[in-house]
Amino acid sequence: MTAAAFGRKMASDSVSGGLLLHADGVTKRFGGLVAVHDIDFTIPTGSIVSLIGPNGAGKTTFFNIIAGIYDPTAGVVVFNGREMIARSRRAWLEPFIWFMPGFIGLLLTIIAASNGAPDGEIFIIAGITLLALMSTLVIGVARPVRYQKALPRIGIFRSGRPNDMVEAGLGRTFQNIRLFQNMTALENVLVGMHSRLKSTWVDAMFSTPRDRREEKEAAEEARGYLRLVGLRGKDGELAKNLPYGDQRRLEIARALGSKPKLLLLDEPTAGMNPRETQEMIALINRLRTELGLTVLLIEHDMKVVMSISDRVTVLDHGEKIAEGSPAEVRANPKVIEAYLGAPAE
Amino acid sequence: MSATPSVEAEKTGKVEAPNSPRLGEWRTRIRAFTQAHRSWTIVIGMAIGSVVLFFWAAFPPFSFVQGQNTWISGFVNAGVFILLALGLNIVVGFAGLLDLGYAAFFAFGAYLYAFGASPFTHLHLPFLLLLVGGAVVAAVFGIALGAPTLRLRGDYLAIVTLGFGEIVPIVFLNAEKYTQGTNGIGGVDRPNIFGYEFPGIDQTAYYVLMTIVVTIVLILVYRLLDSRIGRAWAAIREDELAAAANGINTVTTKLAAFALGATTAGFAGVLNASKLTIVDPTQFQFQVSFVVLAMIVLGGMGNPFGVAVGAFVLYNIQNVLLKQLNAVTDNLNIPILQDIDFVKFQFLLFGIALVLMMMFRPEGLIPSQRRRQELHSAEADSEADLEALAPDAGEVAL
Repeated sequence: MTAAAFGRKMASDSVSGGLLLHADGVTKRFGGLVAVHDIDFTIPTGSIVSLIGPNGAGKTTFFNIIAGIYDPTAGVVVFNGREMIARSRRAWLEPFIWFMPGFIGLLLTIIAASNGAPDGEIFIIAGITLLALMSTLVIGVARPVRYQKALPRIGIFRSGRPNDMVEAGLGRTFQNIRLFQNMTALENVLVGMHSRLKSTWVDAMFSTPRDRREEKEAAEEARGYLRLVGLRGKDGELAKNLPYGDQRRLEIARALGSKPKLLLLDEPTAGMNPRETQEMIALINRLRTELGLTVLLIEHDMKVVMSISDRVTVLDHGEKIAEGSPAEVRANPKVIEAYLGAPAE
Repeated sequence: MSATPSVEAEKTGKVEAPNSPRLGEWRTRIRAFTQAHRSWTIVIGMAIGSVVLFFWAAFPPFSFVQGQNTWISGFVNAGVFILLALGLNIVVGFAGLLDLGYAAFFAFGAYLYAFGASPFTHLHLPFLLLLVGGAVVAAVFGIALGAPTLRLRGDYLAIVTLGFGEIVPIVFLNAEKYTQGTNGIGGVDRPNIFGYEFPGIDQTAYYVLMTIVVTIVLILVYRLLDSRIGRAWAAIREDELAAAANGINTVTTKLAAFALGATTAGFAGVLNASKLTIVDPTQFQFQVSFVVLAMIVLGGMGNPFGVAVGAFVLYNIQNVLLKQLNAVTDNLNIPILQDIDFVKFQFLLFGIALVLMMMFRPEGLIPSQRRRQELHSAEADSEADLEALAPDAGEVAL
């Protein structure tokens, strides 16, 4: 929905070239610290791409930039053929749009008052002013689709927020599991499906047939996702009561709920035993073959990375130091140095 | 994989439960009805409860304390607080946004009614129009308060809302030209619904109206709780970042919570103004916000039924029980107790109750039980459809 609202539609070469995501010169500074420096990165459609590197290399920061959580200091991310993430352009213009009607109304009120207009008229003008100011403010804060579509026409660009990225087709999991602990597994997946469901609070209040049908269908579909990741019949369990491995799976099921094109997995096998790791590898492979997902993976377990990735990118100190097939990366001396340190002279 | 045990346990648990077969059968039948038709359950429950309370108020033990009409009047006032508590519960209990200035929205509803139907403005608009209008105005101000505070969380949000709650009555107090300041706007019209003028002394009409409004609000609140937006609120309460990363527009969702929460305060304001026939700034002070919040916490945050019961009970403790305690202790001739004015100590008692509550039962008297959706029963029916969606789901193990 909102995806259409973003930026210019990029030249279709990135899409026709089979690139689902294309990051160009992405940089992120936190004060003096450069967490991610000038990274070019592409994800071909339908592939499994891994991002590896020692601790503190900037993998998760890069991940969060793609997911819309951090705004980049520089650089552009094109996702699914649209410029989604970049530095804001002419964002300072926006407040002017919000306050202009209110300002004009205020002037009118003052003019009316100084010309000795009756109280009633001043009240009406002031009321209209207040209403105009509030409606523009609410539009500015809530950012409805139409408003977002109109913005690029006057040259204003705002980087996509996490929910915009989800609507554009990006799902993610977190390094430290962030499930909704006190909700059931099924409800977690239903929250994941939020952006695809259409019923509003008005539908809910009047319990319209559309709302009831949608809820029923959504619950069935959600149960399907739970079964897909291997949580058959656990839909009534509270997320916090699930064992660790199941929580990781549930997080994937939740991310699948939005029907993503690209799935970002942040260390999906962290803390798992070898058997669970094998199951996770099998699951990720199945996601690609059965749902046609493209997967970006952050992982420390080299066995996982080498066995399922099509391409591997290595980060160190926020910079990309190597890229290529698993075999190439494994043989790259720079990578070995980053992980094991430089050989003694 | 290990799915079946929990399902099995659920089934056997249901079979074992009843002791005498007849009673158990009725119980399961009632439970099935309440789960399938929640709105009708609320309507029937409220109807029975209100009728019983109405007539019982004329008999012991109620009649020992005060007359039936006084009781009914008190129940109507309690209804105002039930509405307030149900609304604040949306903001605090569902969405997890601590709002300490909730009385402000109450004030907007009340003053709207005072402006719309009193000799002060010489306007006498229809009651039902103003009832809706009060809710709309309160919702608009709910958004107005919500919009600038969306980036705030926890303590900071509480402080800003506290400020808002203080500003509003003070503005109404000081804008003397338009609100008559401390005197308030008096002589407000009593409700007139389709030509039926509400009598001043007999409170029955108010009681019926209040019951209807509370019933409707309860139904709507429960529907919201189980809807898409209710899940979104719960998700934001649990983990805002994860909610955003799952496609929830946190901004609009929180604004909706503020707006919908404020609407019931608007209803409450209009009803209260029409009952008291006077609106003045002292009715909307911070203690209203505080008492309503205490009602939510004691009743069971997040559970509309618990919150409503909590509000009803607490109001009656505050306004009936404490006065009765005074009367009783005055007659007892026990030196110390005689001197204690329990009404003056009500906030001390509230405080003690809250502390004890937090220590022993932090979830409230009637906590919310996350509805077990009709998952297990529906599972068998949907098996076929699921096969189409995920053919050999669950068999991930190598």
